[in-house]
Amino acid sequence: MSGDGVLTGEFFMMGDVACAEGAISAGCRFFAGYPITPATEIAERMAERMPRVGGTYIQMEDELASMIAVLGASWGGVRAMTATSGPGFSLMMENLGLGIMTETPCVLVNVQRGGPSTGLPTLVGQGDMMQARWGSHGPYEIIALAPSSPQELFDLTIRAFNLSEKYRTPVLVMTDAEVGHMTEKVVIPPPEELETCPRRKPTVPPHEYLPYKADDDLVPPMANAGEGYRFHVTGLTHDERGYPVTDAETQDKLITRLIEKIKKNKDDIIQLEGNGLEDAEVVVCSYGISARTALWPVELARREGIKVGTLRLITVWPFPEERIRELSREVKAFVVPEINFGQIALEVERCAAGQAEVILVPHAGGDVHDPKKVLEAIRRAAR
Amino acid sequence: MKYWRKPLDIEHIKIPRGRIHILRERCKSCGFCVEYCPRNVLETSEEFNSKGYHPPRVKDENACANCGLCEMLCPEFAIYLDGGEAVPVP
Amino acid sequence: MSGEQVAASSKQALINEVSADSHPMDYLLREDRLPHIWCPGCGIGVALTCFIKALQKSGLDLDKVSVVSGIGCTGRVAGYVKLDSFHTTHGRAIPFATGLKLANPELKVVVFSGDGDLIAIGGNHLIHAARRNVDMTVICVNNFNYGMTGGQVGPTTPVEAVTSTSPYGCFEHPFNLPYLATASGAVYVARWTALHVRRLEKSILEALQKRGFSFVEIISPCPTLYGRWNKQRTGLDQMHYYHDSGVIRHGIDPREADIELGGKIIEGVFVDIEKPTFLDFCREALANQGIRDQGIRE
Repeated sequence: MSGDGVLTGEFFMMGDVACAEGAISAGCRFFAGYPITPATEIAERMAERMPRVGGTYIQMEDELASMIAVLGASWGGVRAMTATSGPGFSLMMENLGLGIMTETPCVLVNVQRGGPSTGLPTLVGQGDMMQARWGSHGPYEIIALAPSSPQELFDLTIRAFNLSEKYRTPVLVMTDAEVGHMTEKVVIPPPEELETCPRRKPTVPPHEYLPYKADDDLVPPMANAGEGYRFHVTGLTHDERGYPVTDAETQDKLITRLIEKIKKNKDDIIQLEGNGLEDAEVVVCSYGISARTALWPVELARREGIKVGTLRLITVWPFPEERIRELSREVKAFVVPEINFGQIALEVERCAAGQAEVILVPHAGGDVHDPKKVLEAIRRAAR
Repeated sequence: MKYWRKPLDIEHIKIPRGRIHILRERCKSCGFCVEYCPRNVLETSEEFNSKGYHPPRVKDENACANCGLCEMLCPEFAIYLDGGEAVPVP
Repeated sequence: MSGEQVAASSKQALINEVSADSHPMDYLLREDRLPHIWCPGCGIGVALTCFIKALQKSGLDLDKVSVVSGIGCTGRVAGYVKLDSFHTTHGRAIPFATGLKLANPELKVVVFSGDGDLIAIGGNHLIHAARRNVDMTVICVNNFNYGMTGGQVGPTTPVEAVTSTSPYGCFEHPFNLPYLATASGAVYVARWTALHVRRLEKSILEALQKRGFSFVEIISPCPTLYGRWNKQRTGLDQMHYYHDSGVIRHGIDPREADIELGGKIIEGVFVDIEKPTFLDFCREALANQGIRDQGIRE
């Protein structure tokens, strides 16, 4: 099915394949990965397609190497991506931190599966959501997107690349085994119709360039290796010159900027899909496959007369705190179905701050939610 | 210098000489240059730099043959040579 | 002029020493960060000097040279060279360099890191990059311990050597780095000590000019830690040891290049062969199947 060049048209595609094609449409020309169910198909598709679009595929020896090879490729001037699942995600954490600290644009796709540990390699889970936020050590902010369909996985992979270049940060695409292995119609628009965000390049000559001196939006322009800028990049706390300066003052300046870089631009980054929220008494707040599987219980609940709305988190991190706070003043309760024992539910609870009840519908993993359980939770919430 | 027979190109051969430049503030007194100079040009001085190390000093400047070994052995980028006036073979 | 002044001025004229503020290699160093952090008598500065000299002689476009290092004393090298330099995570310099090189094959990528970083935590990446024959030069400064963190035992620490985490002597047999690199498929493998500077510089130059995965091990003094606990308290003591026990054997089977505590150090160029690089192989295989190289940057 794959030919030369970027694809265009309507396809019947598996989520993982759509993800790979989304990356290619976004200009990704480097993929370093490691096989892991259920993300292997992304690697396989990339292995086949990268040479046909003038890119490079390399299968690294482990996930740690994959993540940092992606960072290296990004500094070499090429859009780069890797894909993994839970166990590999854990391995990539240290180098994700390096990407955040050095402000390296790249995309990391996590096709979540049942965990912890080896868990359920072929079955769905959503248990890595908090790890997406806090998995690497130290204080930082991260962007994580959660698609609910192969089409959205395609679209959000492109968005992930754009956000990563715009904000000079690694961006996570937190999908799951269901969406990854689901086959649906995917429409790939022609390249001219796709929004791309080019890398911001320095506007000053090399001897004046400070690699970590940010523009007004807190994002510094980025020179690539080999362009004559002779910069230094380090994972140590650094000043605007990029040189390691390990004291509290520099740490404060740097980390505050890295965190504000995302927080200040929240409105641009956060995407939500709300439905029936105007008069809702109960809001079903969910993401990924759980947002899709919640649709039927919500429909049933509406038929029972319960005023229930849905809030689908397309962007999970940064978390849409204001929207949840706002809604918590208007509704009785939130119902949060997720395939874990409460991760995003904790965030909803934190932001609701007692103004609305938060009812978690947990699931250990391995399957999507039983609609009856979600419906029961909605009924409980409405009481 | 005594010769059994004077080499035919003795007029053309000149012995290189070096001028030694020492960046005293960078020196950490490791002693490599002093120890390994093949002509014993350097010795550790009695003076201190601002970090309390004793930089080397030139003991016998006429002996320096511009070989560059001190420059390569120095870990601190604290000593270098440039060519002085080459002198004829005595 | 008085007699004293004449004597003083002629004495000054006799001393052929000029006090200087800058060094001819400063243009390749981040001189605002000198003097560097390495201890008096440490050999990393010597390794760096030889590297810079080799770079100067290589004729490479310095804008295209990238230096990647890991964590540790040697890892700090990246911070001192005025080239595109990357100070990455512990052990992961080589895969970073792989990504960098594959994204922009025009770059000359040099990995400059220490024995603990490249061989212990980074060991897996070393053998795979050598196996793939990615075009890069790896300079491994071997001071037989983990210096930055206080002198712990490492994968190259000789048997019976004392370190902070082997206070009763090291119980483990160390890696023989030239053997490891050769077995993994490196096309150029050499070992030199920090004393044999001229040969080291020449070897680094050869490694830089070699296409494929080249590996240069530099045995280097660590006076503050490893040396102090193993009866070689100063950098000079260790240099004397290299002088007395260094033996040059080009082309010898790297199997025989083990280092025992206080024993012979076999130096030389062990391997110098030709093999297609990862990208060569990749392009050839794709071309044979009719897949045009659509633009991997040349």
